[in-house]
Amino acid sequence: MRMNTRTLSAAVFAAVLLVSVAGCKKKAPAPAPPPPAPPPKVEEPPKPPAVRIDSFTAEPRSIERGQSATLRWSVANATDISIDQNVGAVQANGTRQVFPSDSTTYTLAATGPGGTDSRSVTVDVSSPPPPPPPKAPPPKISGAEMLGREAQDAYFDYDKSDIREDARQVLTRDADLLKRIFAGDPNFTVVIEGHCDERGSAEYNLGLGDRRATAAKDFLVQLGVPSDRLKTISYGKERPVCTEANEECYQRNRRAHLSPGQ
Amino acid sequence: MKTKLTAVCAVAVALFSAGALLLTGQEIRGTITQGERPSIAVPDFRGSGDAQRVMNTFNETLWNELANSGVLSMRAKSMYPVDVPQQPSDFRPPTTSPPLRRGEAPRTVRNGPWLTDWSGPPVSAAYLAFGYTAVQGGRLVLFGWLYNVAQPDPASAQVIGKLYFGSVDNEGAKNVAREFAADILRQFGAQSLAGTKIYFVSDRTGYKEIWSMDYDGSNQQQLTNYKSTSSMPAVSPDGSLFAFTTYAQGNPKIMVYSAQTRKRLPFYNPVSSMVATPEFTADGHILFSAAIDRWAQICIANGDGSQMRRISNVHAIEVSPRVNPKTGRDILFISGRSGGQQLWRMAMEGTDLERLTSGEGDVANPSWNPNGQTIAFAWTRGYEPGNFNIFIMDIAKREPIQLTQNSGRNENPWWAPDGNHLVFSSKRGSTTQIYTMLADGTNVQRLTTQGNNTQPVWAKGIN
Repeated sequence: MRMNTRTLSAAVFAAVLLVSVAGCKKKAPAPAPPPPAPPPKVEEPPKPPAVRIDSFTAEPRSIERGQSATLRWSVANATDISIDQNVGAVQANGTRQVFPSDSTTYTLAATGPGGTDSRSVTVDVSSPPPPPPPKAPPPKISGAEMLGREAQDAYFDYDKSDIREDARQVLTRDADLLKRIFAGDPNFTVVIEGHCDERGSAEYNLGLGDRRATAAKDFLVQLGVPSDRLKTISYGKERPVCTEANEECYQRNRRAHLSPGQ
Repeated sequence: MKTKLTAVCAVAVALFSAGALLLTGQEIRGTITQGERPSIAVPDFRGSGDAQRVMNTFNETLWNELANSGVLSMRAKSMYPVDVPQQPSDFRPPTTSPPLRRGEAPRTVRNGPWLTDWSGPPVSAAYLAFGYTAVQGGRLVLFGWLYNVAQPDPASAQVIGKLYFGSVDNEGAKNVAREFAADILRQFGAQSLAGTKIYFVSDRTGYKEIWSMDYDGSNQQQLTNYKSTSSMPAVSPDGSLFAFTTYAQGNPKIMVYSAQTRKRLPFYNPVSSMVATPEFTADGHILFSAAIDRWAQICIANGDGSQMRRISNVHAIEVSPRVNPKTGRDILFISGRSGGQQLWRMAMEGTDLERLTSGEGDVANPSWNPNGQTIAFAWTRGYEPGNFNIFIMDIAKREPIQLTQNSGRNENPWWAPDGNHLVFSSKRGSTTQIYTMLADGTNVQRLTTQGNNTQPVWAKGIN
């Protein structure tokens, strides 16, 4: 295209010369044909300046994931400038904050009349070290667990709520346990359940279970267990641990049982 | 009552006045067992037209109502004559003809149904119930008569002649039969149980809830739905309220309900680890057992729980207060105050304490006969702990009569409103079920089948 323009200008120049010579010829006898015009001297048009990326940097060059880096660039003689990695078209001079989640190479591409240029810069991204694990809980078990694991039932005779010798020993150990549990957990409470075997009437057994729970509570309080942490409930014969009709099962059901409160 | 009886039939007075006025354990038993019950013939009634379809239900209901009352001796149908009267005009007096041969007695010529068909052998009944049904104006009408067949003629024999109306279906037939039966029973000083309700505890849903049913086991309905343990029902004397003990809110507490609306009514439980075994008094108070000062004690409060007052004051377990329905002045209750679980009685003020059982075994579940004189309870006397049997006792005579034996664990006897029946629970297999019986231990009928059913309370219906 450019060459065509030049050829055209030379032809025009030649034609003008020819017309002026012809005009002269009308007034004078025809001279010898002029020498052919010297070939027109075609001047080279000025060359556009080259596209030049003066600088393209990332500051800092390496970051931790979640941090940002600043891209900074300076470009000369370019008409179209863009950065990949979704940064897009940018001005000739500028900065842009980027938040790469992994190490990323950014390429700046510049295009102008004087050509193209590109330059890349890489931002190194490192994963931060995992946060330290939460502090391990103290190795103590919950009051409910301790109670379930260590507390023992106190057993009673038929239609009785007296604390037997074996029940005294059991409840004495239970009292120590309760004191330890309460010391470790100031909000912990315990329900003392009173139970009966299936032989008495449901109605009387409700009273008897209440009596057994109360008797066990009184015993524990005498041993220094704070009474405001102990509640009682009678289940009568509503919640047996076994249902066989023999003395062994009856005995297992005639009990005071410690369970965690609400 | 006595005047009415006299007017109605002299026989009934002779047989019943003593018993009706002074029903005691022995006499109730005697009334039922010693064959002194008036005899009655109840032939099958027939219905005209559409009424015929429901007559099986009618006849079955009428027979059962009368037979189960315990006050009548039913004459077997197989003895009845072929020509059964359906209305008074069917009776035709026999005529006398001269003897065929001289010297013989004059002949009696039978002209149709007559009173002596029923009073004489083989029926030998004192009374005859007869009649028929028809559909009239879209309603079932029963024309019912009760005759005293010992009388010389139909006019003087009539005790009842009455019309009863119901719907033309089995329900209507059942209703008119029950009404007719109730009128008949009233002539003998007995009360029909139709309309009465039995409250009880059933675990058939997986939780112990309060239920109710009709006196014959029909119409079983769940009244509570706490999905907890709710038990020990009580019903107010007028049938309008029921109460029970429940773990629905933690420790055992009493709740009071309207029987009509089945809605909870306010009742303020005392602060106690245990409030249980409610009982209504006729004057609107509620008796119960509450743990006070470390022991379950008998208490009384207003119907809403206010003004609670302790009645007993002893280091012993005391439960199951039951107020005398006749006097409203004395309470039966179970107490451990003499050791064991025994039956005691005291005045409403907590005075006049006396033990009613011997001290042997364990006693539970006292219940008053409506006469205020006879009581029922469960007792292990003579058996190992837990082997309860049903006993009744005249409270003046103090002679306990054992009604059940060798038939599992029998508990929770409760007198029917008629004073002749008892409902109770019995474990005769792997489950506990509810039964009724006459107060002599006969005519035992099972009412429940699903799950375990316990703690029946026989109450007046509300309708």
